[in-house]
Amino acid sequence: MYERTALTAESVTVSQPKRRRGSFLSRIKIGLVTCILLAYFLSIAFPLIWMIISSFKETTAIFGDSWGLPREWLFQNYKTAWEQGISKYFFNSVFVTCITCFLTVLFSAFTAYALSRFEFKGKKFFFLFFAAGLMFSPQVSLIPLYQLIQDTGLYNTYWALILPYVAYQIPLTVLLFRAHFFSIDKELEESAFLDGCSSLGVLFRVILPLSTPIILTATVLTSFFAWNEFMFSLVFIDDDALKTIPTGLLAFRGAVNTDWGVMLAGLTLSALPIILLFIFTQKYFIRGLAEGGVKG
Amino acid sequence: MVGKKMTPYLFLVPSFILVSLFIYYPLIQNIKYSFFEWNTFSAIQEFTGFDNYQKLFKDKVFYQSLKNNLLFAAISMLFQVGGGLVIAAILEDTVFKRFSAIFRTVYFIPVLISTSVIGLLFNFIYTPEGLLNQFLQSVGLESWATGWLGNGDTAIYAVIAMSQWQSIGYIMMLFIVAIQKIPPSLYEAALLDGASKVQVFLKITVPMVKETAVVASVVTLSGAFLVFNQVFILTNGGPGQASEVLGTQLYHSAFVNGDMGYASTIANIIFVITLILSILQMKLFKTEKE
Repeated sequence: MYERTALTAESVTVSQPKRRRGSFLSRIKIGLVTCILLAYFLSIAFPLIWMIISSFKETTAIFGDSWGLPREWLFQNYKTAWEQGISKYFFNSVFVTCITCFLTVLFSAFTAYALSRFEFKGKKFFFLFFAAGLMFSPQVSLIPLYQLIQDTGLYNTYWALILPYVAYQIPLTVLLFRAHFFSIDKELEESAFLDGCSSLGVLFRVILPLSTPIILTATVLTSFFAWNEFMFSLVFIDDDALKTIPTGLLAFRGAVNTDWGVMLAGLTLSALPIILLFIFTQKYFIRGLAEGGVKG
Repeated sequence: MVGKKMTPYLFLVPSFILVSLFIYYPLIQNIKYSFFEWNTFSAIQEFTGFDNYQKLFKDKVFYQSLKNNLLFAAISMLFQVGGGLVIAAILEDTVFKRFSAIFRTVYFIPVLISTSVIGLLFNFIYTPEGLLNQFLQSVGLESWATGWLGNGDTAIYAVIAMSQWQSIGYIMMLFIVAIQKIPPSLYEAALLDGASKVQVFLKITVPMVKETAVVASVVTLSGAFLVFNQVFILTNGGPGQASEVLGTQLYHSAFVNGDMGYASTIANIIFVITLILSILQMKLFKTEKE
C-alpha cells in the first residue's frame, strides 16, 4: 500500500515542467477536485461525528439544538445504554465472533493443507467444491436453512449463528490459505517429517507459524463478517438474551424508546470495536479485501 | 498404510460437512420447496408443480420489488463502480497522494459499521424533524423537505442513498488496490508525452483495472439483487409496499405470511439472477485470457 511513495515522488518531479504551462488553470482544477473530495469527506464524517457528539446530549437538545455541542456532556448516557442491554448483546457478539474466527481458521487451515500438500483421489473435485461455495449467498438459502436449524435443534442457540457463519466463510479463507501454503518452502516440512513429526505436527509446528499474516487476514475478515451479520441473527435467534449487536440494537431501540441520547450512545458503542480493529489491522484487512474481491 | 491414505480426507472432513450442510444442501432443498404449497401455520405440505411460479409472475408486489432492485442496481453501478473508480484514481494521483491516506480511511469507515448502526443513525437524518430537513431549511430549500422514509415516492431512494453512502468506500478500495499494481512507468511515459490527466485516466487507468471493474460490477449488481438489511431496517418495505425488494418480500412471505413455498420461489429467482451474474463474470475472464 505505502511502498510506492518513493516512486510517486519521482513522477511528481518528472511531470512538473509540463504542468507549469497551464499552472493557473490546473490550479483551479485541483482546487475544484479538492472541494469535491472535501465535500464527500464531510458527508461521511459529519453524520458519524454528529452521532458521537449527540450521544452526550439529552433528548430535547438533539433536535432542538442539533448542530451545537452539548451544554453538559452526559457520560451517563453510555452507562445507561450499557446497562439497558448493550452489554448483553456485546458479550454475545464477542463470543460468537471469537468462536467463529477460531473454527474458520482451524478448518480452513486443515482444508488448505490437504489441498496443497497431499495427492489423493478427488482432489480437484474438493477444490472446486470449496471454490464454488463463494458464489452462493445466504439470502438465497434462508428458508431451507431456517428449517435445518429448526430440525437440528440449533434454533435459539449460539451454534445457530456460529456454524453457518463458519460455513459461509470457509470458501474464501480456504482459497487465501491455499495460495499462501503453496508459497511456503517444502524443505522445512520434509526435514520435520524425517525427524518423525506427524502430518498434524507439521501443520501446527512448521506451516502455521509461517502463516501469521494470512491467519490475521482471515481472522480480521471473519470477525468483520460475524460482528455485522444481520439476517441469520434476525431469523435464527428469537431469545433476546442471545441476540448479537446488529439485531440486539433493534430491540434496544424499542427498549430505550425516545431516549435518543442513550440510543446514540448505544450505536456508538456498537460501532467502536470494529473501527478500532480496522485501524490497528488495516494492512491485513485490505489485503484480504483485495484477494477476496478479485477471487469472489 | 491405510491410515496414511486417509489423512487428507480427515483434514477435509469438518469443512466438507459444514459447507455441504449449510451451503449446498439448502440450495437443493430450496428448489424442491418452490414446487410445494407449504404453509407453516396450516402445516400442510403439498406438491403443486409450478403453481408458485405462476402466482409469482402474476404478483404485483413481485414486479414492484424487481423494479426497486433494478433501481438499486442502476444507481449503485453509477455511484459505487463509476464513482468509486473516479475517487480511487483521484486519490492515487500524484497531486493528492500526500493526503490520500486520511481520505481513504474516512471514506472506508462506513463499510465497517454494521447496517443496523447506520440504519438507525439514518433514521435521525430522514425523520421529518431530522437533520436532512433541517439542512434543507437552512439553505432555503424547505419546500423539498418531506418525511423521507414515510413518503412512498422517496422511501426507496432514501434507502438507496444510504446504501451508496455505506458502500462506495468498499469498491473504491478495490480500485485503489488495482491502481497501485499499475507500473508507474506507464504514467510517467504518458505524462511526458503531454497527455492530460483525463486522457491518462481513460487510456491507462481504466484499461488496466478492467478486471477489477468486472469484479466490482458483479459484486455491486449481485449486492443490489440480494439487498435485505438496509431496506428491512429503514422502511421494512413500506410505506405500503413502495420500497419492497425481493429480499424483504421473501422475508415477509416466509416469516409474516408463513408461506414457505412461495418464499422459496422468490429465493430461486434471486438465485438465478446472481448465478447468471457469476457465470457472466467467469465468461468475461475467460475471454480476457484468450
